[in-house]
Amino acid sequence: MSGPEDKSEGEQPERLYIITGGRSDASEQAPLDLVSLIVSRSAPQPDMLPEHSAIVRMCQYPLSLAEISAYLALPVSVVKVLLADLLGDGRVEARAPVTPASLPDVELLEAVMHGLQKL
Amino acid sequence: MDCKSSDRHTGPSREDTLPASVTAAVKIVVVGGFGVGKTTMVGSVSEIRPLTTEETMTQAGVGVDDTAGVERKTSTTVAMDFGRISINDQLVLYLFGTPGQERFWFLWNGLFQGALGAVVLVDTRRLEVSFDVIGRLEERGVPFVVAVNTFPGAPVHSMEELRAALDLPESVPMLDCDARKRTSSRDVLMTLMRYLYSLAVTPEPK
Repeated sequence: MSGPEDKSEGEQPERLYIITGGRSDASEQAPLDLVSLIVSRSAPQPDMLPEHSAIVRMCQYPLSLAEISAYLALPVSVVKVLLADLLGDGRVEARAPVTPASLPDVELLEAVMHGLQKL
Repeated sequence: MDCKSSDRHTGPSREDTLPASVTAAVKIVVVGGFGVGKTTMVGSVSEIRPLTTEETMTQAGVGVDDTAGVERKTSTTVAMDFGRISINDQLVLYLFGTPGQERFWFLWNGLFQGALGAVVLVDTRRLEVSFDVIGRLEERGVPFVVAVNTFPGAPVHSMEELRAALDLPESVPMLDCDARKRTSSRDVLMTLMRYLYSLAVTPEPK
């Protein structure tokens, strides 16, 4: 018998601290969004952190930051730090999300409507 | 069986892989109280099984809630479910479900930044969460539609009554939906898109 499931602690904080090198803010380097698409530019190297090489491996095809976070089971903020490292080293590239300044343009909206109609 | 670390880092299965031609992504946020059907809606239209991402609120995070120098090591983790719809060869749409209660608003900064708009999913048995959500979206200038998820046994209100109860302007679209049904959830998204389109072609005078 196990007691009530306690998932509130989540990941071991020490591990998260180690893989981010204690950094918590990657925003200065790369303004990454949840839907920034990441694509690898090289193969994983043996000297990489396991999390770095996992990202490089799974991003052979475009993958959003949110998906990377889900597959790695790591918080978004941690994945941002990991991606900032990889972007800095040129291991991956980020395809910027479409971030409309105020209102999205009509062509984009039409494209989305057209796509949804096929659902 | 030891599959813990190997399994976790594998990434998407072959059929969940996006084509290399995809260059851009947009997002829509589905917001509502617990159990209102956010994940159901995301799942009913998503081409992938909904995934879960999490965000941690730490003391180093966005300075929205200054708790007067209380040095606590507590960090709140909130899970968000999301799904994906390929729009065409270049464009992909992500749908995020996020809880509407005020204590989760710290998530909203990154979430609504650059989002096309939002769907407020309403359970007529618990309208109070929707009040706060709608007020907050209006404050942030996020365009949204209101979808009333129909639950068996929920009190039946006319749309006029609900609109009045939610203090919703006439201009904001409202519709019934069944979040379990793909076509119904798709119609909600289409309603949002048409609304955004109308806003884009006839901008409000400032």
